[in-house]
Amino acid sequence: MKYLLLVHHDEDAFGKMSETTRKEMLHESVQLTHQLHAKRQYLSASPLQPASTAVLVQVREGKPMVTDGPFVETREQLAGYFLIDAKDLDEATSIAVRVPGARIGTVEVRPLIEISGLPTHECL
Amino acid sequence: MSEVTDSKVRELVEEVYREESRRVLATLIRLLGDFDAAEEALHDAFAVAAEQWIRNGVPSNPRAWLVSTGRFKAIDGMRRRARFDASLTEHAKQLESALYPLEEPDDESIEDDRLRLIFTCCHPALAPEAQVAMTLREVCGLTTEEIARAFLAKPSTIAQRIVRAKGKIRTACIPYQVPSETDLPARLDAVLRVVYLVFNEGYSASSGGSLTRHDLSAEAIRLGRLLVELLPDPETMGLLALMLLHDSRRVARISATGELILLDDQDRSLWNRDQIIEGTILIERAFASNQVGPYTIQAAIAGVHAEAPQPAETNWAQIVALYDLLMQAGPSPVVELNRAVAVAMRDGPLAGLSLIDSILRRGELSNYHLAYAARADFYRRLGRTTEAKASYEQALGLTQQEPERRFLKRRLAELHDYG
Repeated sequence: MKYLLLVHHDEDAFGKMSETTRKEMLHESVQLTHQLHAKRQYLSASPLQPASTAVLVQVREGKPMVTDGPFVETREQLAGYFLIDAKDLDEATSIAVRVPGARIGTVEVRPLIEISGLPTHECL
Repeated sequence: MSEVTDSKVRELVEEVYREESRRVLATLIRLLGDFDAAEEALHDAFAVAAEQWIRNGVPSNPRAWLVSTGRFKAIDGMRRRARFDASLTEHAKQLESALYPLEEPDDESIEDDRLRLIFTCCHPALAPEAQVAMTLREVCGLTTEEIARAFLAKPSTIAQRIVRAKGKIRTACIPYQVPSETDLPARLDAVLRVVYLVFNEGYSASSGGSLTRHDLSAEAIRLGRLLVELLPDPETMGLLALMLLHDSRRVARISATGELILLDDQDRSLWNRDQIIEGTILIERAFASNQVGPYTIQAAIAGVHAEAPQPAETNWAQIVALYDLLMQAGPSPVVELNRAVAVAMRDGPLAGLSLIDSILRRGELSNYHLAYAARADFYRRLGRTTEAKASYEQALGLTQQEPERRFLKRRLAELHDYG
């Protein structure tokens, strides 16, 4: 069973943390991916550039609209993700607990819908 | 076979249903991996039992027979449906290979299944109200209508809650298992919280005219007994003791006209001695473990009240000491308020008054009617009628519960008569 761990945190608060702390957290996240990989639970992961770098794309009545906002005002922004393979929700949750971002923000655990017909690549 | 034996067998099937259906369901959920499939299989198994037991007699181990029959029926049904839906063929095969060779489910694994069911229904990934509905439906076997009536909700609301919860268990893949040792304390807390919520919903209905809905309290006590039997943790015993001791006063707590009677004014001969004894033994067992938690301490407080033949003989010093312990275990303004009342009983109303005023000054409990009711009572006992009246009025403005309102109005009227 695949789960997407969405890491949300307050970008402003994160920005105010010291450079060393941020580097340590990133390093910890990279270590986590290796630990997961060793147990064949790792599929993919990445931190994201700040929400201000994003564009929003909508297609309405065939017309594409690309804008830089407005964003829904929320305290926490999507900061990164881990795509993992876990045997059930409890295992996925126990991995989410180890995500460094959980200590300063929120990790949302979402089960994936398994569909057929997607291109496959060797990951497991 | 004669009609007499027929009806006897039918009675027996019903009896087996009452005693075994939850156990059989819990095992079928593990074997089939799905709540709905297990419920259907359970239903089918009992339908077959009603027929076959009349013809062939009752099997020596009805529980194992029902599990085997239910599982056979489920696979059979899946094979039949597989003729129209090829994806089911694989699933049926998988199930079969997982189920055979047919080993007799032993009693220990069946008891484990009951715990699995409880922990799954009370999984923190489900909303609290869904946990309650699932526990009452799946573990206690209440119907959706019964749950709706107990919670003054529409049956469709409860049904939807249960459907959503089952959907989440399926799609998010919530495991059907007893949590690992590391997770167990937190997960057990969640289970106990659900049981206590059910009890309180029955003991003091949060709204509406009737103050006790005993069915729910009885159901919670049954759940508590089951948990003590399956997982004899000190706090599980403490919670069961607490529920038993509260429930022992049920008859004495409400007058014939449905009025709330305070502890001091209750006819103590109406208290249920058996429940008090059972509760007291549980408290002793829990305290002997040296892992005393909030439920056990609250039970011990109720126990001190229970052992006083008259209100005047209550050991208030011991109650204050237990509240101190409770504040250490988990401080909260409500506990502090109750401690203030106990202090007032030990040292006089003036001591209680200063404690309550300091809680209210912090802005805590300023919307809690019982804080003002307690304050009013202290003023009344000090003979400060005007202040007592004002506090009773404040309390009255903060509660919707009819029996509580009538009680407060009665106290107000008494002050008008004598003040």
